[in-house]
Amino acid sequence: MSLLATLARLEAVRSGHAEPLATVRHRHLSDRPMVLVPLAAAGEAGAPLAVLLGTERAAPRLHLVPQPLNRSQRFEFLAGFAAELVPYLESYGAEVEQIERTEKDPETGEKTQAFRELCADAPQLIVPNSGSVQHLALLGRSTRFRRTAEDPDPGPYPAPTRVPLLGRWLTHLTERAQVPGSSLLLPMTGLLARHWATGQSHLEDQHLGAQLAWHQPPFGIGGAELATRMETERDAAGQLLHPPAGPATDPAFDARVLAPAITRHDTALAALAALATAPGDQARLRVKQTAEELHAALLQVLLPTWQDVWRGLDLLRALPPAAHLAERWEGDRWSYTGHRDRLAAGEPPQPKQDDAVTAARKLAQREREQARLDVHEALDDPLAMAEHRLSGEAFAGVVTEVVPEYDTSGRSPKPRPLLVIRTTDRPHADQGRKVYRANHSSAQEAVIVGSDPAEGTVTVRVLNGMGRKKEPEPGSLPDPGERIVLTLFELTPRQSAPLPEPDDTPWTHGGPPGGSDRSPTATEEWE
Amino acid sequence: MTTGMTISPPSSPTNERPDENPGAAADSAVAAILAATVHPAPGAPRGVVVDSPPGAGKSTLVVRAARELVAGGEKLMIVAQTNSQVDDLVARLAEKGPDLTIGRLHAADSKPAAELSRYANVTAAPKVGDLLEQDVVISTAAKWQWVKTEARWRHAIVDEAYQMRSDALLAVAGLFERALFVGDPGQLDPFTVVGTDQWAGLSYDPSSSAVVTLLAHNPEIRPHRLPVSWRLPYSAAPLISAAFYPYTPFRSGTGPEDRRLTTSTAPDGSALDAAIDEAAEHGWALLELPARHTVRTDPQAVAATAATVHRLLTRGLTAHSEQGSTPLTADRIAVGTAHRDQAAAVRAALLKLGVPVDGSAGPAVTVDTANRLQGREYDVTVVLHPLSGRPDATAFHLETGRLCVLATRHRHACIVVARAGIPELLDEHPATEPVQLGVTMKFPDGWEANHAVLAQLNEHRVQLH
Repeated sequence: MSLLATLARLEAVRSGHAEPLATVRHRHLSDRPMVLVPLAAAGEAGAPLAVLLGTERAAPRLHLVPQPLNRSQRFEFLAGFAAELVPYLESYGAEVEQIERTEKDPETGEKTQAFRELCADAPQLIVPNSGSVQHLALLGRSTRFRRTAEDPDPGPYPAPTRVPLLGRWLTHLTERAQVPGSSLLLPMTGLLARHWATGQSHLEDQHLGAQLAWHQPPFGIGGAELATRMETERDAAGQLLHPPAGPATDPAFDARVLAPAITRHDTALAALAALATAPGDQARLRVKQTAEELHAALLQVLLPTWQDVWRGLDLLRALPPAAHLAERWEGDRWSYTGHRDRLAAGEPPQPKQDDAVTAARKLAQREREQARLDVHEALDDPLAMAEHRLSGEAFAGVVTEVVPEYDTSGRSPKPRPLLVIRTTDRPHADQGRKVYRANHSSAQEAVIVGSDPAEGTVTVRVLNGMGRKKEPEPGSLPDPGERIVLTLFELTPRQSAPLPEPDDTPWTHGGPPGGSDRSPTATEEWE
Repeated sequence: MTTGMTISPPSSPTNERPDENPGAAADSAVAAILAATVHPAPGAPRGVVVDSPPGAGKSTLVVRAARELVAGGEKLMIVAQTNSQVDDLVARLAEKGPDLTIGRLHAADSKPAAELSRYANVTAAPKVGDLLEQDVVISTAAKWQWVKTEARWRHAIVDEAYQMRSDALLAVAGLFERALFVGDPGQLDPFTVVGTDQWAGLSYDPSSSAVVTLLAHNPEIRPHRLPVSWRLPYSAAPLISAAFYPYTPFRSGTGPEDRRLTTSTAPDGSALDAAIDEAAEHGWALLELPARHTVRTDPQAVAATAATVHRLLTRGLTAHSEQGSTPLTADRIAVGTAHRDQAAAVRAALLKLGVPVDGSAGPAVTVDTANRLQGREYDVTVVLHPLSGRPDATAFHLETGRLCVLATRHRHACIVVARAGIPELLDEHPATEPVQLGVTMKFPDGWEANHAVLAQLNEHRVQLH
């Protein structure tokens, strides 16, 4: 944790409410996000219990598995979930723009103009916390290889048609969520923690209700006290007043509310089945009643979190968007378009595990995006830049002097002016280190030629970005009295080195990957 | 311990076998490695792996292997990890092998060290095409990844292979047929700033060490070991061997009387001088400040570190070793820290005391982080303990390799500056990293190694009030 973030946390402890860590919003927010609150069943890893989702705050839709151990019911649930989610995801695929690119013909090597489709916008899922992202990833993994009735070999338990499609989308979105700065799938706790510091630990911040308690706590109650209430207050029946945001449920809810409701529903179903020859209205009514009870019980624990996520969105939307958001969102749009195209082309689902080359490529992409995100945030937000200034990796100051000097080593003299900058920052201003001018219209580099910590001045020699003439282009240099920010880190992240094709995987990494893998046929107990 | 496993300590401290000549043991190990590299048996694995404890003659081995390969009519490429490692290696090769032609491949925007221009047999170029005629071409892994050439090298040497990431090896392995991988498994593992849990347990996890991946895919490779540390003094080898290399013990190449530090002035009665005398006599000293939670750049600990270095220089120490007696000058001293801002703070404090810290302007004290001190050697080191003054012990601060690097840079003595209370801090923070399926547990873990080192340091404690 940086010094500034620690300070903000200490201030939050003292003030009793969340303190800002950013002056702008650093993640893209869609106009029409899909909010999704999943719950998992206790006892079995990745077993879905329910999901509350929707794009309308006033109209959440609940899907649930009445008996989490029953595979048929699980797949009915997944089919319903898919019927809700997949159309939303696909709805962004129709409107496209044509991007012109120069492509090299692989055979002739000639450069040709080519057009590629880029979807004009992309969907966005907002979930309560990072646990929800992991749960969706597990759902994706367990469903994307399922065979459907349309498969040539459907197996004994074909899944509804859209289930493997849902799995592929969930896999794509949860993979993309691993890329720093991406916004297709975002956890609300992470979004809030990026923009505000609370007076509690990171672990406590994982409870969405407790984290939100630090935002505008009612008069007379501090964030800490309200957060404690959110985490612990129970009603007369021993149920939490503010249930955890999932995907795990409160054990007291499981034991005293959920399990009895499931049992009642099972019993009603069994009774109905026993009357198979002449089902009575009474038995049907009982099934309907118990199903509604289950529905009501789950809705009750999901709705507070649903409201919390939307409240979080309200808070975030009040922040002005950062300048580089559109640039990074374009990356998300490409990611979305790419997946859309792979589905359309009938490609097989994402493999169970990445091969060596794919894993290395993904790691390189994530590292590149992390570097880009750090630079973007620093450029977009004085508070983010302040962290770099505090750590000596950047400095801000007023130009006190511009000394025109020239490099006369070449045929024609080139401008290499000196800037004297008065600063109260204490950069690691070692001589000969390169510095980069932040928030300037074009990239400009300089080199540190001297510093005087006692005077608070740093002298740099500008190396480029001044045009081709002997005298610098007007406006390319700061005027005396102008305030500038220089960073010691590069502002354009480096490219990643090329990697071999998967078929050229070397002997050190086991050689080219073997044939395709397909999940073994389920041997688990089905119903 | 969280795992509930008991790991028996190594059979016996290796220094207790004076009958065996360390030189002979080292020579036979080197001979076996060279034979496997230069004259591989038919059907032998394509890789040779050498595990080397700190200061066991790794660089000497690389130079010998390169010379013998070239003498056998081969051309080879060498992969190192940082530019300074490459420059060091080029200088060594050029000096020890004046008959070799050496190509130094460098990036367009980073020129090789100026000293290299003194060697007539070194050619530097940013394009590999200009260097294909050279006997040996050396560059960093990062630069090699960009090399595209039809010509492949029959042989490669990968230096500091345990610090190379698996994905970097993936990118360069297509350039050679066979390779000698040399490295120190006890030093810092490669790292990344993004999450990689997704690949944990895969044999080719791109964020793991190149050697781990290589051995997982080539199980027939049996790593060789260098059994003798020529750098570490008799006082340090048993502790380092037991604490960091419990399954691959090594010994010091020198005996108890071979390395001595003497002072020309009497101690002034201060705690600093007492710590220096303790270190001169026993090879270790712990300069302990009162317990306190501090910011990372703890001003008192930084001041104590700088003052210790200052006294080391003003007391006129002389280092006596098998290589002769030399006065302890600034360039033979290093200060090691965990974080860059700590190094910057120590540098600033030293400058105030008039101690030179800029190597480009004459002999100067090296002040740097563990990551950058890897592979370096000094007579005396002063270490700011990674856990000093901290309220918690994170995985970063507990990493075995970090402490191992900091505690193994010295030929004579190591003085550790720390706040009291680290053993209690360790006890309050057992390792909590999740156990991943398929990932080999690294023993000893940082928790255990830290305790082992602290237990030894406690016997050489000097309190500073």
